[in-house]
Amino acid sequence: MSYKFQFRDVLAQQDAIFDGLLMTLQLTAGTISLGFVIGLLVASVLVYAKPWAKTMARVYVEVIRNTPLIVQLFLIFFGLPSLGLKLDVVTASLIALTVNLGAYTAEIVRAGFESIAKSQIEAGISLGLSGPQVFRHVVLIPALKNVYPSLTSQYVLMMLATSVVSQISAADLFHAGSIIQSRTFRDFEVYTVVAALYLALSLLMRGGFSVCYRLLFRRP
Amino acid sequence: MMRELSGLDLAYLILAMRWTVLLTLLALVGGSTIGLLVAAAGASRQAPLRHLARAYVGVVQGIPLLAWLFIFYFGLAILGYNLPPWVAATVGYSVYAGAFLGEIWRGALVSIPKTQWEAALSIGLNYAEQLLHVIIPQAVRVAIPPTVGFIVQLIKNTSLAAVIGFVELTREGQLTTAATFQPFAVYLIVATLYFCLCYPLTRYSRQLEGRLRVIR
Repeated sequence: MSYKFQFRDVLAQQDAIFDGLLMTLQLTAGTISLGFVIGLLVASVLVYAKPWAKTMARVYVEVIRNTPLIVQLFLIFFGLPSLGLKLDVVTASLIALTVNLGAYTAEIVRAGFESIAKSQIEAGISLGLSGPQVFRHVVLIPALKNVYPSLTSQYVLMMLATSVVSQISAADLFHAGSIIQSRTFRDFEVYTVVAALYLALSLLMRGGFSVCYRLLFRRP
Repeated sequence: MMRELSGLDLAYLILAMRWTVLLTLLALVGGSTIGLLVAAAGASRQAPLRHLARAYVGVVQGIPLLAWLFIFYFGLAILGYNLPPWVAATVGYSVYAGAFLGEIWRGALVSIPKTQWEAALSIGLNYAEQLLHVIIPQAVRVAIPPTVGFIVQLIKNTSLAAVIGFVELTREGQLTTAATFQPFAVYLIVATLYFCLCYPLTRYSRQLEGRLRVIR
């Protein structure tokens, strides 16, 4: 092998890398917060609502979970303008990622809701707790505690999946990689550096989530 | 040059599904091979092997699939192999599937209670026989529903091979869009075709899961 690895050219482009990293972090944070809210609402509908609403929620979850994220993104970014709705890349990315994560979150939280035994709810009522109190202390918090590991690994996978927005030229970390590649022609080195940053980010997220677990679900 | 979206385009899109299916199958062959090794190492009694398996899974699952595809696409070229996109895609997807399948199968092996091993030992089976006749038949039953679930993920993720120029369903959709300039209709068709591939498998996986719950 006569190839000489040259990381210096790539590392010299730290401004582009930093901007991309920032965009990836913002997209991830936005997607997780919005996706969590949507997922929670849809999961409540899946478990507690009237049959017609349940069916609609089920269709949303199944359609999203059985089609690729990149096709959903293309449909929103390239497809919607032909219906008269033109979105900029960041908005389109955020919508596609949120709609996607919402469906996965809904399915996970639904499993959490169903893991709560009916007798628990009855016990809560017989203790004199109000409806919202029962929902919060007996259903929601224990349910989230039960599904916390699957929920947070889904979020880490989502952070990694934000890289597909580079395919509609949203300026995230992966897109920064392709820009640097076109400036330096060091394709292998560029993507190794980008991959290492994603790996660091996913390790940080996993660490952060396990700290959060201790803070959120500590018994008083 | 622009033209109308026709039945012929639909036919081409449906035909392009075969490359999606083929790439999924290739990835499953490569991924199962790696996955078996990862599962065996991950469930072994040797601590270094377990650490190695965990490191492999952690690194593969901690980096976007898109990055793996580019790394293999450009990396193999550096090593002097000027390979067509489908080879890079197969290698990339095998590595990726190996980590996920390995983790699923390791979990299935570990889920079999220790008493089963001891029972097998006490009726005089050696290690290979214990594994083959007692542990694996039970572990397979646990592993099948999540494995089918992962195949759905794999089918959807083959869509990313489009970015290194592998012409499968999503890439064919991009090409059709470029020719007809009707992205909404085209990507709706593409999404529907993926749904037709994935949804039956999702249903099947859920059905198996239900059946498993009755058995246990």
